[in-house]
Amino acid sequence: MGSNRTGWLMLAPTLLILGVFGIVPFFYVLYLSFHQWNPFAANPNMIFIGANNFRRLVFDGEFLTSLWFTLKFAFFAVVSEIIIGYMLAQMLTRDFYGKGFFRTIHTLPLIVAPIVVGSVWRLMTTPSIGIIPYYLNKWFGYQLNIGSDATAAFIITVIMDIWHWTPLVTLTLLAAIVSLPKDPFEQAQIDGANRWQIFWHITLPMIRPAILATVFIRLMDALRTVDEVWMLTGGGPGAATRFVGLHIWKIVFPKTDYGYGSAISIIVLYLTLVMCWLLYVGLVAPRVRRSKVNADA
Amino acid sequence: MQTRSPLIGMIFWIVLSFVTLFPIYWLFVISVKPAVDLFSSPSVFLDTIYWNNYAKVLTDETLRRYMFNSVVISSGNAILVTVLAFFACYALSRYNIAGKENIFFWTITNRMAPAAVFLLPFFLLFTQVFAFGDFKLYDTRIGLILLYCTFNLPFAIWTLRPTIDGIPKELDEAATVDGASTWQVIREVVFPLARPGLAVTLILTWVFAWNEFLLAATLTSFNARTLTTGLSEYVTTTGTEWGTMAAIAIITLIPALIVFSVVQRHIIAGLTFGAVKE
Repeated sequence: MGSNRTGWLMLAPTLLILGVFGIVPFFYVLYLSFHQWNPFAANPNMIFIGANNFRRLVFDGEFLTSLWFTLKFAFFAVVSEIIIGYMLAQMLTRDFYGKGFFRTIHTLPLIVAPIVVGSVWRLMTTPSIGIIPYYLNKWFGYQLNIGSDATAAFIITVIMDIWHWTPLVTLTLLAAIVSLPKDPFEQAQIDGANRWQIFWHITLPMIRPAILATVFIRLMDALRTVDEVWMLTGGGPGAATRFVGLHIWKIVFPKTDYGYGSAISIIVLYLTLVMCWLLYVGLVAPRVRRSKVNADA
Repeated sequence: MQTRSPLIGMIFWIVLSFVTLFPIYWLFVISVKPAVDLFSSPSVFLDTIYWNNYAKVLTDETLRRYMFNSVVISSGNAILVTVLAFFACYALSRYNIAGKENIFFWTITNRMAPAAVFLLPFFLLFTQVFAFGDFKLYDTRIGLILLYCTFNLPFAIWTLRPTIDGIPKELDEAATVDGASTWQVIREVVFPLARPGLAVTLILTWVFAWNEFLLAATLTSFNARTLTTGLSEYVTTTGTEWGTMAAIAIITLIPALIVFSVVQRHIIAGLTFGAVKE
């Protein structure tokens, strides 16, 4: 019905905006990545240097470290969130007094702006005003100082991420668990399986697609974390929490190394998309296909 | 995992709720204390409430401008995005557009890219390329309103599409047979039925725009700064004004809390990109 021209007209503004703000910047940054350009250097002009930026990048310890920290951060945060989130989801499947209320409270951190999350954790952990260092010192004699202790700062960023995003995992896995059929569980109980066996052989295989989808969503977000960490540590102490997003910002703005910053941007974009794509194709898609085949059979 | 006694389960959930709420409560505690009280031993309880931090924030000309900008930018963006997504979804749902599934998928990928990657091109485009005479997009509210479409528009299209697809085509056809124009069909038939979905989209995109920080911090300098960037300024420049910073953070938090209470059920579907529906 209707002519397709009307349809294209309705779609046109969306395509125009996403084209101008999505495709143009991509090709622009790709173009810049093959140039040397620092407007405040001795030679402020743009010079074509082929793939030199990318060659420099492979041997850039700072960049590789930030990449490594980002991966480590994403790994610890996502794994903890999946484990804690799964346990909480499992607990929420039974009925108890005030369940809806507790679930609502548990959902709350999701809507808090990342920059506010960073502020909150900064106020909690800054020595002399924060409550965490105060009691750690009073009860255990441990001096927590995220301004000088690299490991402590890294751990706090992970804890902050767990606080912020575990509810997402809980609620997505809860949705998956409640939609499971009851029969296999009853059958297993009749056959005398214990809780662990039921979890390992029945629940886990059945909710695997939901777990993988959640990992996929969380990983994508964890890899681009900037705001919270910006506020909490500013990437410090040293470069202990300078994740790739912050690293790009530091290369591009304070150092105005536009060409090299572009090369890093392109590589980070490539790695993020490839990682997500691999995870999706390698883990999520085959399960979906297989479960479809099973359903058809 | 095994809670045998309901009491133990209850205690567990109370402790967990405490862990969830305490950081936000602590933010509030800091925001209602005078600066001199902060550095004595941290006290969890409030003896007196000191509102001056809020008074200071609300009377500060600069911060008031930031708040105003935040409201204008998030509202402008949410309305723009919802309207565009409504028409885009209608087109994708009702017209036989070549390669429409590819178009749909491409719009979604726009949101997967990390914002940090596009900081430099956006900065250069906004300061040098997207200029019309003396007018540049850099440091303007309209610049941010358009820019936020890159992450909000894919989201809105993703969440609205099932709503529009779910409205039976027969209704459109019946109205067309009765002599209604396409515009009348959209206004009289589709829009009223899509209204709940549109409301949720509008509210969630509003919050995403309100919460955004990195792009706003990079692409504004003075006129169009938002509240989230104001919050970050208080940390980098003056480490001593913790109370003021906490008060700004609470003010940034309030609209999100209100929204949370209104559309709580839809937040999950929104954040998981519709992959999981509750």
